[in-house]
Amino acid sequence: MPDYNLSYFYVFAFFAFAAIFVTILLTLSRFIAPRKPSLEKLKTYESGEEPVGQAWGRYPTHFYVFALLFVVFDVEVVFLFPWAVLFRTLGWYGLVEMVIFIAILVAGLFYAWRKGALRWY
Amino acid sequence: MAVGPFGIDPVIWAVLRLLIALVLAVLLVLNGALLQIYLERKVQAIIQDRYGPLHVGPFGLLQTFADALKLLGKEDVRARLTDSAFFIAAPAIVFAPMLASFVVLPFSKDFTGMDRNIGLLYLTTLGSMTVLGIVIAGWASNNKYSLIGGLRSAGQLISYEVPQILALVTVVLAVGSMSMVAITESQPGPLVNVLVLPLAFVTYFIAALAETNRAPFDLPEAESELVAGFLTEYSGMRWGVFFLAEYGEVTVVCAIMTTLWFGGWHGPGVDAVPALGILWFTLKTYAFVIAFMWIRATLPRLRIDQLMGFCWKVLIPIALTNILATAVLLLAYPGQLWPVAIVNWLGVAFLVFGLPFMQKRRLGRFRGRVRAATLA
Repeated sequence: MPDYNLSYFYVFAFFAFAAIFVTILLTLSRFIAPRKPSLEKLKTYESGEEPVGQAWGRYPTHFYVFALLFVVFDVEVVFLFPWAVLFRTLGWYGLVEMVIFIAILVAGLFYAWRKGALRWY
Repeated sequence: MAVGPFGIDPVIWAVLRLLIALVLAVLLVLNGALLQIYLERKVQAIIQDRYGPLHVGPFGLLQTFADALKLLGKEDVRARLTDSAFFIAAPAIVFAPMLASFVVLPFSKDFTGMDRNIGLLYLTTLGSMTVLGIVIAGWASNNKYSLIGGLRSAGQLISYEVPQILALVTVVLAVGSMSMVAITESQPGPLVNVLVLPLAFVTYFIAALAETNRAPFDLPEAESELVAGFLTEYSGMRWGVFFLAEYGEVTVVCAIMTTLWFGGWHGPGVDAVPALGILWFTLKTYAFVIAFMWIRATLPRLRIDQLMGFCWKVLIPIALTNILATAVLLLAYPGQLWPVAIVNWLGVAFLVFGLPFMQKRRLGRFRGRVRAATLA
C-alpha cells in the first residue's frame, strides 16, 4: 500500500528536516556570532564559585522508582489504545477483560503507594 | 494512469505536498514562537498592570523579532567539561519530535499533513521523546544544576505523561477512532466533546501544563532554585532551539486540546468556506495558549513532592476511574452520551471543590495534632 508507506516517509522526512533546520540555524549563528573563548569562560557554571568536582556522580534513587512505575503504566496504555478503538465491537467481554487488567495495575499502584514509593523525600 | 489533484502526476504531487508541509510546519513553529513570546510578554504585562514591549515597531510588535536576531548573534559558549557530542545533539533531539508532531494536526478538512488512523498514538509517542533530549542535555552539560534539572524534568515528564495519555484514551473510547480528522468530524455541532468529557479535558489540561514545563509546573527550570535547570550551560542559538521547541510544544498540546475537545476546525461558516476552518483552528489553539499564559501569571510554582504526589495520587486514579466509568456507561446506554456527561461533570466538581475541601480537613487535623503536641 503506497499511501501507507508514504505517511511513514513523511515522518522520516520531518525528522530529517528538523535536524537540517537546527544545523542551519547553528551554522548561521556560527558565522554571525563572535567567538572569543577564554579559560574562565569555558568553566562550568556554579553560581560564580569554582566548580567542585564533576556533576557526573550519584543521584537519588527515587527517580528510578518513578521511572519503573512509569514503564508499567506506559505499557498498560499501549494495551488500552487498541481496546478503546475496538471498544464497541468487543462489548462487555472486552470491558470485563480490561477491568481485570486495570484492577491488577491499580493494585500495583496501591502497593507502591503503601510502600512509600510515591513519597518524595 | 492515475492523476493526482490539480492534474499533476501523483508521485510529483506527493513530493510537492511533502515540501509544502515541511515549509509550512517550520514557518508555523517560527512564527508561532515569535507571536507567543510577544503574547506572553503582553498578556503578563496586562495582568500585572504594566505596558510590556512598547518601543520596537508598532505596539512593540517587532520586539521578539529583534530578540531573535540578537540571539543569532550571541556567542555560543560550550564549557570545557561537557560531553560534546550529546551536548550538541540535545537541542535537535528536542526539536525534531516537536516538528514531526505537526504532521498529523488537522488544521482544516483538506489541510492535514497526513491523516493516519494512529494519529493520537503517534502524537503521544513524539510527546514522550522530548524527555530524552532534556535528560541528555542535563547529563551532557556536566553541571550540577543541569543534572538536577534534567532528572527532575524526566521525573515530571514521564509521570504526567500517564494521566495525559489516559485522558486521551477516554476520548478514543467515546469517539472510537485515533485519527485526528475522524475525531474532529465526530463533533461538528455545538455538542463538542468538552461538554461530554470535561473531566478528561481537565486532566489533560493539567498534565499538558506539566508536559510543556509551563508554570505552575516549571520545576525543571525553576530559576530561583536551579538557575535555569537543564538549560544552564546552554547559550546563544543552541538555547534558542530549546526555546523554539518549547513554544512549538505548547502549540502542539493546545492544538490537540482543540481537536479532541473543542471541535477542531468546526465553527460558523466552515461549511460554506472550508478555508475558514484554518482560522477557527488557529483561534481556538491560541485561546488555549493565552490561557496557559494567564495561569503562569496567576499561580505560584509547586514543590517537587507536591508535583509528583498530585500526579500519582490524584490525577492517575481519577483518569483510570474516568476510563472505566466512561466505558461502562457507554456500553450500558448505547448511543446516549448524557450519562457519561453527568458522571464527568460530577468528577470535575469533585476535582474543583471536593479535593480542596479534603485537603483543608487534612490540614486542619494536622494543625490539631501539632497544637496538641506543643501543649503536652
